Parts: sequence; structure tokens; C-alpha cells
Amino acid sequence: MTTWHEFLQEEGRPPAWPYPIRFGEERVIDTDVLVIGGGIAGCWAAIGAARQGLRVALVEKGDTVRSGSGGPGCDHWCNAPANPLSRVTPDGWARHMADRPYSNGIGIQIQCREDFDTLLEMEQMGGKIRDTENEYVGAEGRDDKTKFMISPRYGTIHSYLPDPRMGEPGFNPPETRNNVVIRVWGSTFKPALKKECRRLGVQIFDRVMGTSLLTEDGLQGGRVVGATGLDNRTGEFLVFQSRATILSTAGAGSLWLMSMELCGYSNMHSRAISGDGTVMAWRAGAALTKMESTGMIMIATGYKHKWYSGAGDASYENVPLVDARGRRLPYPIQGWEDAGAMLPTPGVEAEIRAKILKGEYELPFYGDFPAMAEVERRATWNLMLGEESTTRIMIDTFSAAGFDINRDLLQSYKFIEGQSLPQWRDAGYGGGVLVDWNLKTTLDGLYAAGTQMFAPEDHSYAAATGRYAGRKAAAYAREADPGKISRGQVEAEKARVYAPVKRSGGLEWKELHAGIARVMQYYVSEFKTESLFKMGLDALAKLETEAVPRLFALDPHKLMRTLEDLSMLEYAKIIIEASRARKASSVPLNFQRIDYPEQDPEEWNKFLTIRQRDGRVELGELPPDFWGDMKEQYEAHNRDYTGVHREK
Amino acid sequence: MSKEVFAIPNVPTPGMPVTFDPEICNGCNHCVEVCSIDVYIPHPQKGKPPIILHPEECWYCGCCATDCPRPGAIRFNWPLQARPYWKNKKTGEIHQL
Ligand code: SF4
Ligand code: SF4
Repeated sequence: MTTWHEFLQEEGRPPAWPYPIRFGEERVIDTDVLVIGGGIAGCWAAIGAARQGLRVALVEKGDTVRSGSGGPGCDHWCNAPANPLSRVTPDGWARHMADRPYSNGIGIQIQCREDFDTLLEMEQMGGKIRDTENEYVGAEGRDDKTKFMISPRYGTIHSYLPDPRMGEPGFNPPETRNNVVIRVWGSTFKPALKKECRRLGVQIFDRVMGTSLLTEDGLQGGRVVGATGLDNRTGEFLVFQSRATILSTAGAGSLWLMSMELCGYSNMHSRAISGDGTVMAWRAGAALTKMESTGMIMIATGYKHKWYSGAGDASYENVPLVDARGRRLPYPIQGWEDAGAMLPTPGVEAEIRAKILKGEYELPFYGDFPAMAEVERRATWNLMLGEESTTRIMIDTFSAAGFDINRDLLQSYKFIEGQSLPQWRDAGYGGGVLVDWNLKTTLDGLYAAGTQMFAPEDHSYAAATGRYAGRKAAAYAREADPGKISRGQVEAEKARVYAPVKRSGGLEWKELHAGIARVMQYYVSEFKTESLFKMGLDALAKLETEAVPRLFALDPHKLMRTLEDLSMLEYAKIIIEASRARKASSVPLNFQRIDYPEQDPEEWNKFLTIRQRDGRVELGELPPDFWGDMKEQYEAHNRDYTGVHREK
Repeated sequence: MSKEVFAIPNVPTPGMPVTFDPEICNGCNHCVEVCSIDVYIPHPQKGKPPIILHPEECWYCGCCATDCPRPGAIRFNWPLQARPYWKNKKTGEIHQL
């Protein structure tokens, strides 16, 4: 018997809750540095702080061993221009990356300077970063001396910045490749990080959801002196008292989309990614920015066939795409020949579509693994797909079922699966907490790293910025007095947290999530106007006054999911408030207003910031490059950092 | 067939992200700990495979199956709508997972 229903059938009763129930009980933990969120950024932050000899507590909703988007794995260490094979300088490449509108120049500079150091430390902790077993000798990009495997992406321009020459023969010749991206065996990383946290004496609180930040005297905008948490197995309440706190949770991945029966499987991220950290920062009074920006949601396999939840299918990394008759299609394949380009130009896409309709290309399309050079085929299947997050399990199950890369074509679902709906968006990537050169937020005692910050990037960015935030928070904590926790603030939070367990019937978390998602689809999607935003805020207010007081949770797990909904409800409000503030349209922010159609007018080329004081929304703005000269600022803030990087 | 028929709600679907082989699985509950979602709970009887309690919250990350110390104890079970196809390049024969 393996399912709940089978157990019931066999035993004649449901299983008892397997963990002790401790609703309302309180535990107080005193620490120097508290890290909330034990994904890639959080683990590195804890390690960075613990290395300074301070007491560190790490709070994680799941289990640190595999939690977070980078928990299952990672196949690319994306921005390590300080590595010995790189053809670009860290500072030059950082400036190029930060040229993308509304990016985060601070985080990018940190990543470009410290990413290679971070990677080497990952290796010391037991992560595999080189082809030490010589499995891929002869693969393009493999350096026989260091055994590093350089990835096909990118040329000396970043492939996210479209170049019309991409895909042309000779566009990405070996001598102009930037060599900043290193292929890695990332499935080894997360367990190694947890082990290192343990070795350094980090106190790990697995299965604890952070619920709020505590501020001095309980005042919004005051210094952060701790946080509260809920044990999602026992229901126990945890009060952390800390000199410095680092937020390293993620955005709200499924704010626009809730499928009741595929709640974990309808978008790229796990359901646990519910914007808790951003909302905690907001409630405490920290400034956020870029909250009006949304991305197209990455629909996962539950809805559409996608290879790894969200991304394309296995047509990536050098796998040529062919039609059902074996004709090569003019898709870029994120490979050597096209400098890592991921998408065809709209013209090429339209041409393929026209040829399908005329019968010149036959559906479905396939990834032609057998056409690849043997070593590239293996590198793509075993290394790139084997290590890229949730795809490890795919290659294992495919292989067990008889799929053979040397013999078989892998079906692609382009065209036959259709497009995602424009109302389905992703808030998880773009908006976030505003930080300075210490990765300190606008509140004293509060730091942020990884996806918690505005305009975040990828796995290695989370690692490098986490490590940096840990260092900076530790420096602050060493000087700071222990703050005083406000009992009133703790009591108010306890009342909020436990309200749903006081009811045994009413509304369950899934329905509220779906209700919030529908509001976002109707009022904050393709068609943006002031009046639709206003209707959206009213609809959310109605959920708050009518649905929230009816929420019930039968056990600690469901209570956590319910609290996640409350985070998402607040996150939705912030997005609408931030959207109202931008009275212009913007292509890079994916933000089209019908009432302000002008695209990216000069005077709106700025970051809008948003925060709360006394419960009221306060808006502000910052220039698009508010971080100043990236190289100078980085150096001014890191005089004592000794890493691999030397001025080339 | 003489089992009691209970009045119970519909089973959440997809309801079985994995299947366990009770002959191989020793109920160590490592998969319960690895899962960041708490899809499973330990079985009340020691030594038995865990109970799948929240199948619809699974994000198919695969960590439970990848990290199981006993090969064959836990097998991934893709929902029907997510089972991919492939084609033998020489014979043109189509297969599905
Ligand atoms: S499936 Fe594997 S990890 Fe899970 S309880 Fe059984 S033996 Fe342990
Ligand atoms: S696949 Fe991932 S989310 Fe699903 S049960 Fe296994 S560990 Fe949990």
C-alpha cells in the first residue's frame, strides 16, 4: 500500500499525523546571523557568514539537502569570467551584462568578480566541476589541462541580447567565444552545501517556513532584529533573535496560474516558491523594486509537454531539430554554431509555420541525437540533461524504458502543443528587494541574496551573491548589539499564523490560490489600464475580507500552504500598486499599458521603488544605473577581498 | 472483493508520482526527508514504504528517486499526459514511455 487511499482501504482508517503536534508552542533561538531560505543563495550565505566565526541559523521550508530551484541540479555555471580560459575580463563582461535594461548591476558585478572563486570552493566542498574521469575527451569546449568543460554559450556578446547574425555559419568561431560558462555536475552541489553548513556549525532548521521579520520596537521601517517561523510538520512557532538577517527565498512562481490537481506541476517552479521573503520584507517596511515587471510563465509538463519544467524540449545544446521526414529545421540549437542562441527570429519562426501549413515540413519534429558527434551526444544527454535540475529523473526513466540516444529521435512538441496563454505570467523573476553594494536592503540588519533581490539571474549568481551577503551580514552582525524583540509584534504574528487552524471548515488553500490567480489573469495581464488595476485591487480586497477569514487548515502542512497563499495575496497587491505607478509602457519590463502606450519614453527609464510606512504605500524612483561605476564601487566595498580575480 | 466500501472523496490526480517496490524498499524514509514538498509521510509500520499523502503537490523534481539508496525501491511514474514519445531513426517505429 502506498497511497493514502490504499492505506484507508486496508486499515479502515486514515493514517495518524506522523509528527507531534505543537500548535502554539514557542521556541526561541538566539543567533548572530539568521538566513531565511535554504536554497543555493541561502546555503552559500550561511557558509559565508559561518566562515567569519559567527553563530548562524539557516531556516528552510523543505529539507536543505535538495530544496530550492537548484536543489535537483544545475548544468551550467553561468558567469565565471575570472576563469583561466575566459576571453573577457570580469569587469568588462559585467558591464556588458548590465547593459540589459533593468538588470541588477550590483549583483552582476559581484557574480562576475567572485563566481569563479565560488565555483572553486564548490569543488573543495565535494561538488564536481571538471571532467575528472575523462568521459568527454574530444568534446568541443573541453580543456584538456584543467578538464573544465566550457559551454557552447556564449559568443563575446550575450545570447540573451538578440543578434541578427545568430545562426549564420561562422557566427561563433572558437576564437571569439567568451568561455565564461562552465558545464558542471550540479546534482552534486546541494548535498555538499548542506554538509559544509553542518561542518561549519550552522544550525539548520529544516521544515520551517519563515513567516515574518521582527523589527525594533515592532515598527515598520525599523532595524530588523529577528524573524518568526512555523515548523510545517509540527506546527511549532519559532522566534529567532538575530543581529543580522539574510533573506534568500524566491519570487511567487505560480501567482497567475493554479491548477487544483497539478498544483506542483503546472509551472516551472515548485509550489513552495510563493514570494514569502519578498512579502516579509515588504511588511517590515523594506523597499522593493521592479515589481511591475512580469515574465511569460514557464508552463510545465502538467500542462504542456516540456522537457525540464519550463524550458524547451531536448532541442537544446547542439541537438539538431528535424521534421517527421528527417529534414533539418532552421532552428538555433543553443549550440556551438549559433553562440548559444535559444530562439529563432520571428521571421524564421513564421517561415517554419508557413511551411508546415503547406505540407513542406511534417509534424511532429524530433531532436536528432543520432546525427550528433558521439561525444557531443553523450555530453548533451548525460551531462547537460543529466545534471540540469529536474531532467536527471527524465533521462533515467527514458533510458530505463529503452530510449537510446545512439538510435532514437526524441520527439519535440513545438507547434503541436500550442502557445502559452498571454494571461499566464510569472512574477517569480524580475521584481524583488532593493539592495546596495553590501547587499543590504533599505532596512538596517536586513540583507538579501539570489532570487530575493530585484532582477536576479541564475544558479551561479545565487551562489556568488549568497556568499557575498553572508560575508557582509557577518561584518555587520559583529558590530551590532542584539536587538530587542517586541513581544506585541510576536503575539500579533502568532495570531495571524494560527487563525486557520482554529477553524475546522470553510475555505481551503487551493481555492484561495486559484482565486488570486484568476484576479491576476483578468486584471494584470496583457491588457493593462488604471481601471483594470483598480478592479484588481478591489477583487483582492474582497478576497482578503471575505475569503481569508474563512480559511481553515487541518494540519501543519496545510497551514504552511495557507500561509503561502497569504504571501501570494500580498504579493499580488504589491504588483498592482507598482504597476499603477508606472505610467508608460515598456518592452524590457514586459509591461504594456493601453492608457499609456508610449514604449520606454526617456523620462520613464528608471527603477520605481515601493515600500510601506504605517501601512501606507510609498513610491520612489532610482536612476537606471543607480549603482554607479560598477568596478569602482565593487572595489571600494571589497578592499579586503582576496580572490582569484586579478586585473588582466 | 469483500472489502468495505467507504464514502471518500475523489482521489487527487495524478495520484502516483512514484511507485514503490515493497520487496526492495526497506522503509528507511530517506525519500521522505529529501522531498522538499513533503509529498510523503513515513508509514506507521516500520520497514514499509512511505505513504503518498500529497501527490498533487509533487513538482516531479525526481530527487526522491535519484537519492534512494536501494536501487529499484522507488520508480518514477509519469502521469499519462506527460509521457514522451520517441522514434527509431532507422525503422521509424514510434515508442512512448
Ligand atoms: S524508497 Fe528508497 S529512500 Fe524511500 S523508504 Fe524505500 S528504500 Fe528508503
Ligand atoms: S519528485 Fe520531488 S516533489 Fe515529487 S515526491 Fe519526489 S522529491 Fe517530492
